[in-house]
Amino acid sequence: MSSVMYERMRTNPKFQELVRRRGRFAWTLAVVVLTMFYGFVMLVAFSPASLGQPVAEGSMLTVGVAFELFMFIFFWLLTALYVRRANSEFDGLTQEIVKEAWKEQK
Amino acid sequence: MMHKLITTLGLLGLSAAAVAADAVAQTEKQATNWHAIIMFLIFVALTMGITYWAANRTKTTADFYTAGGGITGFQNGLAIAGDYMSAATLLGLTAMVYTQGYDGYIYMLAFFAGWPIILFLMAERLRNLGKFTFADITAYRLDQGKVRTMAAISSLTVVCFYLLAQMVGAGQLIKLLFGLDYNIAIFAVGLLMMVYVTFGGMVATTWVQIIKACMLLTGGTLVMVLAFSQFGFSYQKLLESATAVHKLGPKLMYPGSLLADPVTAISLGLGLMFGTAGLPHILMRFFTVTDAKQARKSVLYASGFVAYFFNVIFLMGLCAILIVGQNPDFFTAGKLTGGGNMVAMHLAKAVGGNMLLGFLAAVAFATILAVVSGLALAGASAISHDIYARVIKKGTATEAAEIRVSKIATICLGFVAIGLGILFEKQNIAFMVGLAFGVAAAANFPVLILSMYWKGLTTRGALWGGYGGLVSAVLFVFFSKSVWVDVIGNKAALFPYTQPALFAMPLAFLLAYVFSKTDSSVRAGKEIEAFEDQYVRAQTGYGASGAAKH
Repeated sequence: MSSVMYERMRTNPKFQELVRRRGRFAWTLAVVVLTMFYGFVMLVAFSPASLGQPVAEGSMLTVGVAFELFMFIFFWLLTALYVRRANSEFDGLTQEIVKEAWKEQK
Repeated sequence: MMHKLITTLGLLGLSAAAVAADAVAQTEKQATNWHAIIMFLIFVALTMGITYWAANRTKTTADFYTAGGGITGFQNGLAIAGDYMSAATLLGLTAMVYTQGYDGYIYMLAFFAGWPIILFLMAERLRNLGKFTFADITAYRLDQGKVRTMAAISSLTVVCFYLLAQMVGAGQLIKLLFGLDYNIAIFAVGLLMMVYVTFGGMVATTWVQIIKACMLLTGGTLVMVLAFSQFGFSYQKLLESATAVHKLGPKLMYPGSLLADPVTAISLGLGLMFGTAGLPHILMRFFTVTDAKQARKSVLYASGFVAYFFNVIFLMGLCAILIVGQNPDFFTAGKLTGGGNMVAMHLAKAVGGNMLLGFLAAVAFATILAVVSGLALAGASAISHDIYARVIKKGTATEAAEIRVSKIATICLGFVAIGLGILFEKQNIAFMVGLAFGVAAAANFPVLILSMYWKGLTTRGALWGGYGGLVSAVLFVFFSKSVWVDVIGNKAALFPYTQPALFAMPLAFLLAYVFSKTDSSVRAGKEIEAFEDQYVRAQTGYGASGAAKH
């Protein structure tokens, strides 16, 4: 029974649309996070001195601290961005797909 | 001592819990701290009240394992943050910033960076496919008996290593903070945990986590604000004074030696990031919310709290360099009184007197208790839901019988934890947390992510990947310096790196891939076919277990 439902959903072009849009969005964000994080790890391993430089002459704020603080905030903003789009656009699309599969039932 | 602590940590490349576990291993019993004990008793009374209330609401297996799936995203976010930030986070990372400066901050980012990845790639699929344990997902279209047994074994391995590290750390910390005897402390933690979990199940465990997270956030923020106000809330001023007195001088804000070796740095990053995504007690939290929407919100809130708190800790550690490090009252014979992990506690006393010290000590105790409860529940569900109900009884067990088994399992795990805690009192168990993360990253994560993303995974591949990851992670740690040299006492390590993730994780993926690809059995064909339906459910949540109907 539910296998029939899954079959109907899968053949709905909206399902392909959902998978494509969400997949692209999620992987883009994941790649951004992974690149920045492991790029940072590489800097720590290979060029530690560059992270210890002050951001401006006489400032006690170093490039490393500023960059990390930026990543803390930026990564969190990316999660907020994903949650916002997923909880509205993707969930809306999902509901439509399920609803249409139910309609065929009747 | 401080140097030894940091070197050990650097070599092991472990999580912050290791700092606590290692440092407190050599603590001495302090005078009884009544402020702390009274505040802790208030916490216990409050959580017992909640457990009593929760016990009346825990009737079905869904109530017991997942609080009926009715936790909101905000509540779950706090609970995840509570599960994730242990006493070691508060004490160990503050101490690390105090001694190593910037390195501590790097560690914190590594702890944090896994969360966005969990959200983007896993959270909603976990919620859409899982019911009570993550084995529900890996065994979704594969052989129930074999795959569940494997997932339960690796879950229990992770839980036991993690429990052991927490128990020994707890005993030492409590001895230090409260002036209680080690064995009394171990029994107190073990027995309280049994009461929370057996009577209140996931409802009580969740609320213990939430209360503890609020206490931790409040306590930390209070100490940070009071301390930072002494520098007029000026980072510039704080750093000018701190670099002037610290033994590292201007190098305080340079990356130090902890992550100088690229292999260790990457392996640690992988282990922390994907280990988090394979910890059974964290994964279980995703099944407590109503739907995928709330699951996503949980990560948003949890990562917000974690990121905020890490920055609070960074400032606490920097302030402590001046407030604690420059105050001879906190030193005995040239060393920090009570050991390296006491930095946060001394800072609390310096800025807020005995009341704040007592509060922070109570927070640390509550924190250990909460983490241990979450672990015990995850372990008990692997025994009762996976092994008893699905493997032994093949789905015919009644709910009442299944709950009874989980309660018995919880009590057994409690006694195992107490026994191990007492047995390992004098041991250096710092490598245990690293091992737990390593096993989670190598045994749980690859099979879990492949089962959700790769159509071609078969039972044979999953078993090879899971057991291969488990055995190789344990062996890599066993033959590394942390066990082969430090525990067993051999001269040189057989495996040169202390972090297993970079090696054991690809091995697990490779085994799962090769043994799935070469699996041409009829069963394998059916399993691959079944992926289509699983995929639609993972994407849409249709057919996912909803909130309990009451």
